[in-house]
Amino acid sequence: MRRAMTGLACLAATLLAATAANAQGTVKIGVVMSYSGQFADPGAQIDNGIKLYMKQNGDTVAGKKIEIIRKDSGGVAPDVAKRLSQEVIVRDGADFLAGYDLTPNALAAADVSAQAKKFMVDMNAATSVITTKSPYMVRTSFTVWQLNEALGTWAYKNGVRKVYTLVSDFGPGHDGEAAFTKGFKDAGGEIIGSARYPVANQDFTAFLQRAKDSNPDGIYIWVPGGPQPAAIGKAIAERGIDKNKVKIMGQGELTSEDALKSMSDAGLGLITAFHYDFNHQSEKNKAFVAAFNAEFKRNPDMFSVGGYDGMHAIYEALKKTGGKTDGDSLIAAVKGMSWESPRGPMTIDPETRDVIQTVYIRRVEKVDGQLVNVEFDKIENVKDPWKARLPK
Amino acid sequence: MTVTSPALTGPHQHFDAQIRWRTIEIVFWLATLLPFVVTPNYLSLASQIAVTALFALSLDLILGYAGIVSLGHAAFFGFGAYTAGLIAKWGWGEPLSGLVIAGLAAGLLGFVMSFVIARFRHLALIMITLGFGLLLLELANSASWLTGGADGLQGVRMWPLLGLFKFDLYGFVAYWYALIVLFVLFLVARRLTNSPFGLSLRGIRENSVRMRAIGAESRPHIRTIYTISAIMAGVAGAVLTQTTETVSLGVLDFQRSADILVILILGGTGRLYGGLIGAIIYMIARDWFSGVNPQYWYFPIGVLLIAVVLFLPNGILGGIAQLVDTERGRRWFGWLTSPPWRRP
Amino acid sequence: MMTSVFGVLFDGFAYGMLLFLLSVGLSVTLGMMNFVNLAHCTFGMIGGYVTVTLMNNLGWPFLATLPVAFIVAAAISVAFERTMFYRLYRASDLDQCLLTIGLVFVSVAVAAYVYGTIQQPVNLPNYLRGSVHVGGLTLGVYRIFLILFALAVTAALVAALEFTRFGAQVRAAVDNQRMARGLGINVDRAFAITFALGSGLAGLGGALAIDIVGLDPSFALAYLVYVLIVVAVGGLGSIGGTFAAAMLLGISDMAGKYYFPAIGSFLIYLVMISLLMWRPSGIFGRR
Repeated sequence: MRRAMTGLACLAATLLAATAANAQGTVKIGVVMSYSGQFADPGAQIDNGIKLYMKQNGDTVAGKKIEIIRKDSGGVAPDVAKRLSQEVIVRDGADFLAGYDLTPNALAAADVSAQAKKFMVDMNAATSVITTKSPYMVRTSFTVWQLNEALGTWAYKNGVRKVYTLVSDFGPGHDGEAAFTKGFKDAGGEIIGSARYPVANQDFTAFLQRAKDSNPDGIYIWVPGGPQPAAIGKAIAERGIDKNKVKIMGQGELTSEDALKSMSDAGLGLITAFHYDFNHQSEKNKAFVAAFNAEFKRNPDMFSVGGYDGMHAIYEALKKTGGKTDGDSLIAAVKGMSWESPRGPMTIDPETRDVIQTVYIRRVEKVDGQLVNVEFDKIENVKDPWKARLPK
Repeated sequence: MTVTSPALTGPHQHFDAQIRWRTIEIVFWLATLLPFVVTPNYLSLASQIAVTALFALSLDLILGYAGIVSLGHAAFFGFGAYTAGLIAKWGWGEPLSGLVIAGLAAGLLGFVMSFVIARFRHLALIMITLGFGLLLLELANSASWLTGGADGLQGVRMWPLLGLFKFDLYGFVAYWYALIVLFVLFLVARRLTNSPFGLSLRGIRENSVRMRAIGAESRPHIRTIYTISAIMAGVAGAVLTQTTETVSLGVLDFQRSADILVILILGGTGRLYGGLIGAIIYMIARDWFSGVNPQYWYFPIGVLLIAVVLFLPNGILGGIAQLVDTERGRRWFGWLTSPPWRRP
Repeated sequence: MMTSVFGVLFDGFAYGMLLFLLSVGLSVTLGMMNFVNLAHCTFGMIGGYVTVTLMNNLGWPFLATLPVAFIVAAAISVAFERTMFYRLYRASDLDQCLLTIGLVFVSVAVAAYVYGTIQQPVNLPNYLRGSVHVGGLTLGVYRIFLILFALAVTAALVAALEFTRFGAQVRAAVDNQRMARGLGINVDRAFAITFALGSGLAGLGGALAIDIVGLDPSFALAYLVYVLIVVAVGGLGSIGGTFAAAMLLGISDMAGKYYFPAIGSFLIYLVMISLLMWRPSGIFGRR
């Protein structure tokens, strides 16, 4: 009992002491994302991107020191994310918000950004509607519609006529299905079957067997990062689906680095659409990958580049506003900003504050004994089509 | 307890003695007002602690008093949360009426389920509650046209409380709201457990066969307390939705049911205040640890739980009760555990 | 198509075998010792990480890592049992829950710290990859291996229980602990050995599961629900029950996904609830 009481007293004292005043000449950024739980790895990679940018560009911008305050939302928890975003502003004196790996969390925090008029950088969450929820928000990652509608159009242009779609049964999966279907059907293709697998599904043999049985010439798969892409790749090989006859297409997570390591040769020939791969052949990216490996002993991925470019947007905006951190100045500074990122060229759309970038079409090939995504086609300056269709 | 003549220790006197407010209880509830003054930047956290405390209290009613272990209680929490969210989304943003409707909706679900719950015990009961909770989660995920699915419900906008107090960014109104709701329902729970009904629940928990032998049918009692517990859990969920203006599938998942069970066991079951204490300590500890180290805070939390079990059996309140229930404890702390004034 | 029915049965059977290996230890210890060990899947995770470390860092072949995964998981479980668990044998179920959940949290954090949060890849040897074609069916080689391996383990377990003296002691202790003690059987030693065996099997299951379901620090929590379902449906303390339950759940999960993908995710819970309502003590439960 005494132990509990002393413990509680210490807790209370520490919490009170943590109410720090905002020192002059410091810009505090509240970063809210998942550092623990099943989404901890994306969070860690975004954080690595942030850290690398700050290491390479110093921690002072426009005469002010940058301080990062990290908050763990622990997975899908919009109430927690909203509270943490509020607290980091109210309690810790953050000047603006960043991070947000998951859509529900980003949507909840958008409320805070709009109410408190604070600049917010969405470094990952990819549902199209998110940036419409706060006029002070900018996104530096991608949207599901952007990638998948482009893939659908590309598929038809490259000879695919009948597709079976298989997606994860939740928001982003439904988005992927809708986006691909729209792009594919608008171009003239036919969707001959579709299925949605449960979010926590481990075994894909049944679903892929059904897909195979419908005799398509393309199978579109949407899967989030984690253990599932590898499972799908292996199941495709096990089912004996011939990738020369049936084009297997999906969003980049299907062929992420660790998925390919697990899949091994089963992954050869998978076609994906994505905005970033560590294998992208550009000077800037080669330098980025080398620096990332030197610092963190692993390759960067889409999460890292989202964090890296998010920091770039922040730094450049602060330079433009001369250190002013109010929402209006920063968002005005970031609109229309254009730069060369490790992923390629990217621009912030002044109308939607979302990212305009190149969508690369890649195929898995063996290069120097390793399986990598090799870019063989691209679609440039892709805007988010979902928002483009919204009535003005 | 010394045996005195029947006239002094009859059932009415027993309940009268139980229901009187002890000093420590008054101190506790006054202390819940401290955050307004001492830590005004933490009111959002405080209101979420109040919500969790109410949820834990609802679980205590069935677990601590009736002996029903439920691993799926988040079903009612989430049902209330989504109901309140949907009502607001469809245009009726008045908080109090939304709260009542959400509570009753969750209660209806609880009533229906109670018919199944009352028939099983032990592991089968635990797994059935788990199964129902997970089933409801899957349903909510599938019905994304209604619930917003994984993205959560959008468009929840609350009107000002009582027409005057808007739910603001600092959580001031939110904490008042959550605290008052918690207090009112706590009074209900307190009255319920210190009544013949409460006593019969304890009898059922201890030995339901014998209860039937003395003429007290256990199933209707279990159904009643289960329904009441569901209403409370639903109200807690509704308060969370209304004060954060957001609701997503996380209100229904296994993690939430498991967390609240851990919180209740941590604080001590069957003591009403156990859930409240557990909620306060667990959530403050979690917030503190994840602030210190966002990546590995599971470690100190795990150590905390292990330490409590090894050193404080029967939860924190159970451990405290054991300490206080000694000669020295009664001398030092007796004044806290008895009513502040004598009966005239 | 009849072939698709067999295909579903085969895949469900393989998945069920995995669930069996992960769950059998918990069923026996729960039924025998009445100790609620929610940290059971932690041992599964430990086994998985042992295999990953040996294969990726030390270059061991996959099959050689399996016995080590078993032994390490068993050894660590003995350490926990001797230091913490034995104190709570008389404590309430809820206290046991809290202790073991605390342990799960600690293990998740330690795994995240030591191995990081990324998915651990495992490269199976070539003879375990790919598929074979048998009479119009395409059967995954790894799944065949899994089934054969698990059946062998089951046979060994059953043989040990039925034909050895130790097995007889375990059966006696499960049936009537007091009587067994009264007859001079060292029940505590039987407990400890059974606990170690059960945890070792979980470790083995975890190692075998990597190729099918992946491995990361959240493994310890994520599979707890499925393991509990198998144990409850099968009946505590019954190997046959766990086998039947794992089979049933594996097949219905697979069948649900193939034939009714819209409700595929519900099916496993519906099956569980119906089975428990029909037989609350589990299929082969004792009470």
